[in-house]
Amino acid sequence: MTKTVTDVICPFCGTLCDDLEVVVSDDGKELLEVYNACAIGAEKFLHSQAKDRITRPRMRQEDGSWKEISYDEAVDYTAKMLADAKKPLMYGWSSTNCEAQSVGSEIGEAVGAVMDNTATVCHGTSLIAVQDIGIPSCTLGEVKNRADRILFWGCNPAHAHPRHMSRYSIFPRGFFTGKGHTGRKVIVIDPRPTDTASLADVHLQVEQGRDYELLSAFRIAFRGEQLPDVVAGIPKEQIYEAAETLKSGRFVIIFFGMGVTQSLGKNHNIDIAIAVTRDLNEYTKAAIMPMRGHYNVTGSGQVWGWLYGFPYAVDLSRGFARYNPGETTSNDLLRRDEVDAVFVLGSDPGAHFPFSSVKKIYDRPAVAIDPHETPTTEVCNVHVPVAFVGVETGGCAYRMDNVPIETRKVVEPPEGMMTDEEFLKHVLARIKEIKGE
Amino acid sequence: MAIRVNLITGRTIQQGVSMEAGKEKPAYTTACGIIELDPTDFKKLGAYRNTNVRVTSSYGSVVVKAVEATQGPHPGVAYIPMGPWANMVVNPNTYSTGMPTFKGTPVEVEVAKNEPVYSSLELVRKACRGELA
Repeated sequence: MTKTVTDVICPFCGTLCDDLEVVVSDDGKELLEVYNACAIGAEKFLHSQAKDRITRPRMRQEDGSWKEISYDEAVDYTAKMLADAKKPLMYGWSSTNCEAQSVGSEIGEAVGAVMDNTATVCHGTSLIAVQDIGIPSCTLGEVKNRADRILFWGCNPAHAHPRHMSRYSIFPRGFFTGKGHTGRKVIVIDPRPTDTASLADVHLQVEQGRDYELLSAFRIAFRGEQLPDVVAGIPKEQIYEAAETLKSGRFVIIFFGMGVTQSLGKNHNIDIAIAVTRDLNEYTKAAIMPMRGHYNVTGSGQVWGWLYGFPYAVDLSRGFARYNPGETTSNDLLRRDEVDAVFVLGSDPGAHFPFSSVKKIYDRPAVAIDPHETPTTEVCNVHVPVAFVGVETGGCAYRMDNVPIETRKVVEPPEGMMTDEEFLKHVLARIKEIKGE
Repeated sequence: MAIRVNLITGRTIQQGVSMEAGKEKPAYTTACGIIELDPTDFKKLGAYRNTNVRVTSSYGSVVVKAVEATQGPHPGVAYIPMGPWANMVVNPNTYSTGMPTFKGTPVEVEVAKNEPVYSSLELVRKACRGELA
């Protein structure tokens, strides 16, 4: 016999779908099927069942091979590494629950670490812009029920947030959007004709890296002022037309992604995108929302927001919280050799940081806490596998619109395996012993 | 014959699925150890589809397989899915924002038929130990 668990939360992307159905064996030890999830979400659930999964901590030997160690030894190594370091970097925190983030922050305070999350290579520049000029935003429920003008700027949800369009942005029928996608106008701005663009009414193929100019042109077009013939590769007629489409809507939502946050201009691209949203509110109702990547990167920003007042790049090394992107951000710290140990949890900088930063992790003591074997575990001295949050343990996560959702445990982790939170609590206790508290 | 293109990176659904299935598996290399080129750029390069190429920027160099753009046309723009291969060549400078410049790195692409595309773990390991050519 099997049983079906309904209303399961998907721990992959910031859309945090809450309608999955998971079939598990009667004893709750095996996960058999996943329904309603996108290809990536389903793979995440199913991969927890992989037969070749690493279930015990490992330590790197002199010759480069791995040796299995106990959780106690891993706790001890991690605690000593963090306690001995002058200024350790504790990075990641996005693929885990808020409970683990909170224990991790306590460790950070105890050892004077720099705490940084994956926003640093994702929406960090958006957070800078929000602090600069604020953000008129909304929830995804409001988008579903009200939005009739959808603008995707530098993001490709067809690949990165596969169910975003069907659950919230393009296709669903909501309270005031009963016609579904036929009642909505969709504009995509991207240097490539992406799969999302193929679903849109209008695609403006902006020249890569010229988003600021095009956004600026939109502000001019809203006011009916003169534009040059071509801006950022787009003829002015198309800009005027798109601007008019946006102004004529009842509710405009702008979703933006890495296309603007990672291109030159960085936070200033977001400044002006928010200014575009503010302008639109002169004519209609408009909101803007970052397409957050990891399912709980928003949560780590929330946790640090209420603990320290800053959403990422929090330097606790002086005994109080400092925040200065460009100085206290992971890649800058690594490249300038300003940290002397690296602790990674719930992220894979080995795969997703530029190589010059990865090499710096390899060059210093490093511990990776991750259910998977990854390029990060490859450059660390100790790898601690843990239970999958949202699959093998529950906990709180924040959706991209800052709505907290409690994830669910659907299956037992492999025998004797720790969760992130348990492991961190042990490390914290050991650090307190070392420090004689 | 080498061509110069503007490199961008990002997620693809194949990258996401293979990443969740395990970055040590061959499927991850198939999904991310590639460069998507426009047909016109293929013509300039004078290479067949699915040829190994060396991508070089001011910041590094990596061998990946050249495939035709799946979301094109985008002449002059090349795409490597986010991952260790792309990160060997992207511009790591943050210009005081904390954010490396993952999109918009000028790169040179040349045919490297006989050079291998390493798996993710192998690539990172070899690069850290300075064993890459």
